[in-house]
Amino acid sequence: MTTVAAKPENKARKKVRVRNVLIAIVILLVVLIDLYPLFFMYSASFKTNNEFVTNPAYAFNQSLHWQNYVDSWTRGNMGVFFTNSLFNTSVSLVFITLFSLTISFALIKMEWKGRKFFSQYFAFGIMVPVATTLIPLFVIYNSSGLYNTRLGLILVYIASAISFSVYLLSGYMRALPDEILEASVIDGCNIYTMMWHIVAPLMKNALITVVVIQFFFKWNDLLYSMTLISSSSLKTMQTGLLYFSDEFGSKNWGAIFASVSISVTPMLLMYLLLNKMVIEGMTAGAIKG
Amino acid sequence: MSRVLRDRRAILLFIVPGFILYTVLVILPVLWSAYYTFFGGMIGSSKWSFIGLDNYARLFQDKKFAAALMVNVRYIAMTTFGQVIFGLLLALMFKFWVKRFGSSVRTIVFFPVVLPVVAVGQLFTKIYEIQPYYGLLNSLLQGVGLGNLVYPWIGKADTALIALAAMDIWTAMGFYSIILYGALLDIPGDILEAAEIDGCNAWQLFRRILLPLLRPILLTCFVFSFTGTVKMFESALALTRGGPGTATTSLSMYMYNTAFSFQKTGYASVIALFIFLLCVFGSRLIRAFDRKD
Repeated sequence: MTTVAAKPENKARKKVRVRNVLIAIVILLVVLIDLYPLFFMYSASFKTNNEFVTNPAYAFNQSLHWQNYVDSWTRGNMGVFFTNSLFNTSVSLVFITLFSLTISFALIKMEWKGRKFFSQYFAFGIMVPVATTLIPLFVIYNSSGLYNTRLGLILVYIASAISFSVYLLSGYMRALPDEILEASVIDGCNIYTMMWHIVAPLMKNALITVVVIQFFFKWNDLLYSMTLISSSSLKTMQTGLLYFSDEFGSKNWGAIFASVSISVTPMLLMYLLLNKMVIEGMTAGAIKG
Repeated sequence: MSRVLRDRRAILLFIVPGFILYTVLVILPVLWSAYYTFFGGMIGSSKWSFIGLDNYARLFQDKKFAAALMVNVRYIAMTTFGQVIFGLLLALMFKFWVKRFGSSVRTIVFFPVVLPVVAVGQLFTKIYEIQPYYGLLNSLLQGVGLGNLVYPWIGKADTALIALAAMDIWTAMGFYSIILYGALLDIPGDILEAAEIDGCNAWQLFRRILLPLLRPILLTCFVFSFTGTVKMFESALALTRGGPGTATTSLSMYMYNTAFSFQKTGYASVIALFIFLLCVFGSRLIRAFDRKD
């Protein structure tokens, strides 16, 4: 009796075990698909040119050829592009956070006629593709002397970020209790001290979300910089990277991989640093609206 | 309280700087673009003149425009469905299969999302490459004895667009998986338990319970993905430069070339306007599925 009963139980357990192993293999495969190209990139960025010729592409790097990075940073101008991108992105981020904080506060919490209209007016830009604005922008920039200047690029970076950032912050702003603002007025705050000492600190998480998302968009920008910048001393990371193989020779794989790694690494580091916040923010419904 | 919140000067100070930048560099160009559509030739040149609706008429006869639109439509279909469906599968995997190292797995799946598009394009050029040396994909195929499958993936018109879509699905599926996973977490546990007690199998659970509950957020994902893929430009430029031939030349790329290489400002503006309208009405169309049936 007992042996008969034990058999199907064993079978069932075996079935569960096989199922678990299969599941584990699928998960491992998914992780591999996401990680392997990155691993390939970093590994290839340390290969000598000889390795690309003699070994298959999937082989690990045998040398630690740092020269690739030196080449791409100096002769390939990646150093210049990197600094330009970092400067443009940082400066525009300061103004993006400032403007979107004050605008969303004025739209959600302050009392004035026309704020409904302006809410819609600022939201309109979310739907506008960059490509649609490019031709007039080019004309405006050419006639106003903003073409091929750092300032011009930064201005359009700020302008194009306002819609989405205001939209994001408005959600958080609505959730901010009015009682806190009231209490601060009773304690003697005027509108500016309230903004700086009460609202801004309370919106910290929302502001970090805006900074992360917009850092990504600005660091990633290709269309604006390739249209509005012509001299290579002002070019940014993505434009530089796009034409890197044209100017540096398409056979110099090592240096190309090093440049790609240079462009990717800041984003990866920032993500690893803030990933808990990014993922939690997204699963908690910051974007679900 | 309301005296402070009605401070006119503060409102002006808060709104106006951002308002000016946004109006001049985002809103005005859209209107300006619409105005340009009635002109022929290149702006600033002697041929720049009012031609009424000629640019619009031309759009319907332009074979290159039709080809670019076709590329865009095929790309949108492949990429949008790929991104959202793979995102959904990953989300289901996170929820029902991943028991240990859950947050590590999710972190890794999100990795490609944060990578710059041009960098990904350059990376995948080297993955798909066949000349001068085999790229990662072809060398792997050869390494496992499938040498007869070695192919110039982005060098031939029949696979270039698929290769591009595959790359963009790889980059973005992690984004949708996290959004959808968040939505799955919001589904109360007792609903799933009740379904199990009622004897639901996995497919019924998915079809009858999860899918209806996820529908609004799935539509949001489709809108996100659609508005992203309508613009199709950066990734195609970085991977294939629109080639081979015009196999991956999208509307945005055709517009860009028309404006800046062929110098037909007015005609390019018509295409730019078309992209904008496609974006607006396409998302409306997806949203229309949101009604309860």
